[in-house]
Amino acid sequence: MTTPATLTLRGLGARLRPGAGGGPVLSGRRLVGAGLLALLAVFAWGAPLISDADPARQDLLRTLVPPSLEAPLGTDHLGRSLLARLAAAVRLSLGLALMGVLTAAVPGVLLGILAGWRGGWVDRLLVVLSDAFLALPGLLLVLLMVAIAPGSFWALYVGIALVLWIEYFRLVRATTRTLVTSPQIEASRLLGFGPLYIVRRHLWPELAPMVLTLGAFGGATAIMAIAALGFVSVGLRPPTAELGLMMTELLPYHYEAPWALLQPIAVVFLLVLGLILLAGKDPR
Amino acid sequence: MIRLLGYRLVQAGLVALMVGVLTFVLVRALPGDMAFRIAAGRYGYDWVDAAAAAAVRAELGLDRPALAALGQWLWDLVRFDLGRSLVSGEPVIDEIRHQLGHSLQLAAAAVVLSLLLGPPLGVLAGLRPGGLLDRGLLSAALVARALPHFVIGILLVMVVAVQLRWLPAAGHGTVAHTVLPALTLAICLAAVSSRVARDAMAAVAASPYYAFGRTKGLGEGILFLRHGLRNVGVPVVAYQGVQFVYLIEGVVVVETLFAWPGIGHALVHAIVARDVPMIQGTALVMGLMFVLLNAGVDLLCHVIDPRRRAA
Repeated sequence: MTTPATLTLRGLGARLRPGAGGGPVLSGRRLVGAGLLALLAVFAWGAPLISDADPARQDLLRTLVPPSLEAPLGTDHLGRSLLARLAAAVRLSLGLALMGVLTAAVPGVLLGILAGWRGGWVDRLLVVLSDAFLALPGLLLVLLMVAIAPGSFWALYVGIALVLWIEYFRLVRATTRTLVTSPQIEASRLLGFGPLYIVRRHLWPELAPMVLTLGAFGGATAIMAIAALGFVSVGLRPPTAELGLMMTELLPYHYEAPWALLQPIAVVFLLVLGLILLAGKDPR
Repeated sequence: MIRLLGYRLVQAGLVALMVGVLTFVLVRALPGDMAFRIAAGRYGYDWVDAAAAAAVRAELGLDRPALAALGQWLWDLVRFDLGRSLVSGEPVIDEIRHQLGHSLQLAAAAVVLSLLLGPPLGVLAGLRPGGLLDRGLLSAALVARALPHFVIGILLVMVVAVQLRWLPAAGHGTVAHTVLPALTLAICLAAVSSRVARDAMAAVAASPYYAFGRTKGLGEGILFLRHGLRNVGVPVVAYQGVQFVYLIEGVVVVETLFAWPGIGHALVHAIVARDVPMIQGTALVMGLMFVLLNAGVDLLCHVIDPRRRAA
């Protein structure tokens, strides 16, 4: 089967082909992405040190106040500090994305190696399982998870991880399959090295750049999904400071206070841009 | 070919199974009495009593063993019976039939618009890799990919509808209402298809047969039509299949933003109202639409690419 055919067949999971890593690990683009994310992390965890405003504390006498010394980024329609809310929202998004990606990557990579290496019924079973998850577009799967338990952080987290593990599994499995029959691994096997050594010495160096790229894309997917669900009011519940939710809340005030609405928009943009740049590949 | 379509058929079955199993497992795995929770979600916490919970329990078959209920759902599905909406009382399939048309109309407009936008720009950029257009397009695609669908929608509404007052901000009815939601989706799709077309065109333009075509004196136009178009078309069409993921995800969010009475909007409403049969029905139809569109892409690739017919 030619590559375009596998692309159409596999849908979501085939954004990266086996062997197509993300270019050099330390390219300029990646450094820019990493720098951007570092800045956002400093903002998210540093902001509470400068101003100790509570992201949920309302001050109904001071609503939609433009940025000033007192409220560095202004206040929202309920007089809550936008600085505190944005920082809390970034902590939430980054934390949830990181957790989701890690939870997806570890079993995804391990199962991918297992399936690619062992083949046979283990492989077939896992492929059917991943096909079943791929049959539904990712956001739909997360929506279904959230549908039954709205507002639950854990439903969102499990849904995201369930969507993301497939990409790791497919890519790692495909790469492992081609590598297992390669001369260097056969030589290692003949010399009597165990599977653990072979994975560490031969497989992981090939897989690591791909895992990084997938992780960055996965993080971007997760952050967009969280924001999208928050925006359509089926994700996390108010008064949680969440980027999509903030946009829904501030949308009615877009005429009086466009600067307020633009803040969560800019933050989502920078987060996702940072992750896409970190992935080091063309955005697809 | 038969194998490909067979795979799609299996995939359609998997969609049904996933939607069914997932909702069944979740409804039953949550702590507490699910009937009470759903009843509370629907009527509000102050209006729940045992009778309301019992009604929900009977409607959803929560009083039966899980496997029996799952089997019943699949059996009903085979007979195209998706149950009744818990909110309106209408059969789910009637509601969906009504909404699906609106969604397909929006999705078709978005795909057409994205194909007019993305691939032509990508081809122009690919003819001169590294040129001004190429670099500009890369940046534009990067920005579009880094913005979620609904943010692009919000920005379009703020600029085109609110500031310039050219088009209505939301609603449904006239062609003018279609433009902004379709454009929102189209920009997201074009961000990807322009890159695919650009890479394919750059590869074709650098190939020996393209250089030979030029050497033997073909004009740029005829050269592209004879040697470029199909070669660029295959990956663009093939990628359309991957993009349907974004399309379906986008439909959910963009329809909600623009108050478009389609199936994505219905899904969000069903989730808010805890209307389990509606959730299952809409998710199922959207999943099946995804599979169907992909099957269409398979067929189209087959037509465009003679190499695949031989394989």
